[in-house]
Amino acid sequence: MATLSADFALGLRSYELRLALEVEGVVALVGPSGAGKTTVLGVIAGLIRPDSGRVALDGEVWLDVERGVNRSPEERRVGLVFQEYALFPHLTVRQNVAYSRNGRVDELLERFRISHLAKERPGSLSGGERQRVALARALARDPGVLLLDEPLAALDAHTKASVRAELQQLLHGLDLPTLIVTHDYEDAIALAETVGVLVDGQLRQIGSPEELIARPRDPFVASFTGANLLHGRVEGPADTDGLTTVRLEAGDLVYSTDAAEGEVGVVVHPWDVSLGQVPAEGSALNLLSGEVASVVQVGNRLRVRIGPLTAEVTAASAERLALEPGRTAFASFKATATRLVALS
Amino acid sequence: MRKAGWAALVFLAAAVGLGFLTLPVVALFTRVPPGELVRLLGNPVVRDAIVVSLKTTLIAQVLILLFGTPLAYLLATRRFPGRQVLVTLVELPLVLPPAVAGIGLLAALGRFGLLGSTLDAFGLRIGFTQTAVVLAVAFVAGPFYVRTAIASFEGVDPNLVAASRTLGAGPARTFFRVALPLAGSGLAAGEALAFARGLGEFGATIMFAGSLQGVTQTLPLAIYAQFEADFDVAVAMGALLVVVSFALLLSLKLVFGWQPSQRTSHSVFARTS
Repeated sequence: MATLSADFALGLRSYELRLALEVEGVVALVGPSGAGKTTVLGVIAGLIRPDSGRVALDGEVWLDVERGVNRSPEERRVGLVFQEYALFPHLTVRQNVAYSRNGRVDELLERFRISHLAKERPGSLSGGERQRVALARALARDPGVLLLDEPLAALDAHTKASVRAELQQLLHGLDLPTLIVTHDYEDAIALAETVGVLVDGQLRQIGSPEELIARPRDPFVASFTGANLLHGRVEGPADTDGLTTVRLEAGDLVYSTDAAEGEVGVVVHPWDVSLGQVPAEGSALNLLSGEVASVVQVGNRLRVRIGPLTAEVTAASAERLALEPGRTAFASFKATATRLVALS
Repeated sequence: MRKAGWAALVFLAAAVGLGFLTLPVVALFTRVPPGELVRLLGNPVVRDAIVVSLKTTLIAQVLILLFGTPLAYLLATRRFPGRQVLVTLVELPLVLPPAVAGIGLLAALGRFGLLGSTLDAFGLRIGFTQTAVVLAVAFVAGPFYVRTAIASFEGVDPNLVAASRTLGAGPARTFFRVALPLAGSGLAAGEALAFARGLGEFGATIMFAGSLQGVTQTLPLAIYAQFEADFDVAVAMGALLVVVSFALLLSLKLVFGWQPSQRTSHSVFARTS
């Protein structure tokens, strides 16, 4: 797969955006609004000119301020999906997808299940449909890079889960370097293999979701990288107590009060995980055990990585439990604190 | 009781206002019977004036569209220091007394004007020709179009323009496929206003082009000339202009409804600083 490298600096109103990033596979930049996320996409797409820096896709240099190279947007092979999709309101769905004058329009309409909407105008489409049109339009020009600006923010909570699952499947099959920006950490870890946290124009930390949650570099990253995400599959219908049983990839069973089916992501916040040296007792309590992989101080609390899970505990209880790498410990969390999100 | 009194007062003031604005128009149609009005329009002075008016106004509109559209697009999409001053300069003829416009045009393009000797060297004399009428109309009516066009182009979502570029379309294709269609209804409304204003142009034309029947005498100039010669002919031409202007304004309201272009997303790439 190709690699997109972007390394640039740009003075914004209240801070300087400074970023060095290699995009291979699916990368998400996550951060609060106003962190400069959309500007990053604008610089890569050629819509915004940075003060200095370089943007290149493998050997193809798109921007090199020092050497005076600055290709215009139409000369960069980017597929940009705008936050609210920016579909052309005066053109039909088919005309939107055909805008880049590439021959594969029918195939794309088919693939994104929008053939039946070909003659509609964007104004009459639902949020999910608009997103599919925007993706089809962006892919129609055969981009070398896919850029997604808050791909799920314009959707209501109801459609979001299913669209997220679809998008995940799509990105998996595309084999394109993809950069997603989002303010929602859960979306980021569901869609991307690598997640970077961007605050006030600075990349605070970048790594796998597991790394970020287990070893956050600073308290902001810790508070922002909200939750553990474990992958699993729902086993059968909910039992009489209303609990859904999920078998995790490692084979363990966990329970949740959420209803779901098929492949799911199990979401647990680190501060909802308790640690002990012996298995905790109690109904509706999930229990996982494993070796302590790392202990990292974050502010006045500690982040402890056990097996697939990160827990956040006070320094006092960490000391009491004598938690240190290599020792076995038991993590427990309530079924009521266990969220299930649909994944494809 | 007080409420009723207030309502009556508002109603009365509105009635006076409406009466004042419509009475002169109504009077144009009551002084001469309709059949006679149509017959008077066959007068050679009137026929000549209609031809001169149509020809000069149409040519002026083509010039306004051809040069005004790019000007409006640039002013709407570029941000640079002094932009407000430039926009104000472009809008200035809107509020300038037409006599000042006429004097200005003479001082610029007349025989002894700024560019007069240059034009003379090429054998071009503009003052008191039909070209002068066209230029006077374009100068006075152009800003009506440009001003509306700037607002229409500003109303086009910058994200749509950006989307077009990332989809491989260059600036020219983006202009014709996205900006122009989305600003279209606004541009047409501005053009209709400029057309109406151009048709009624008087002051700048009479100073810069004179009032020669069949050459530079447009309908408003002919009305002025006939004012003393044959008042009823002047009234007939006045009635004709009223009908045309009313039709233009009404169709503007019915067809375009003054809609701004639709937006489908926020503008995030508009701010680059």
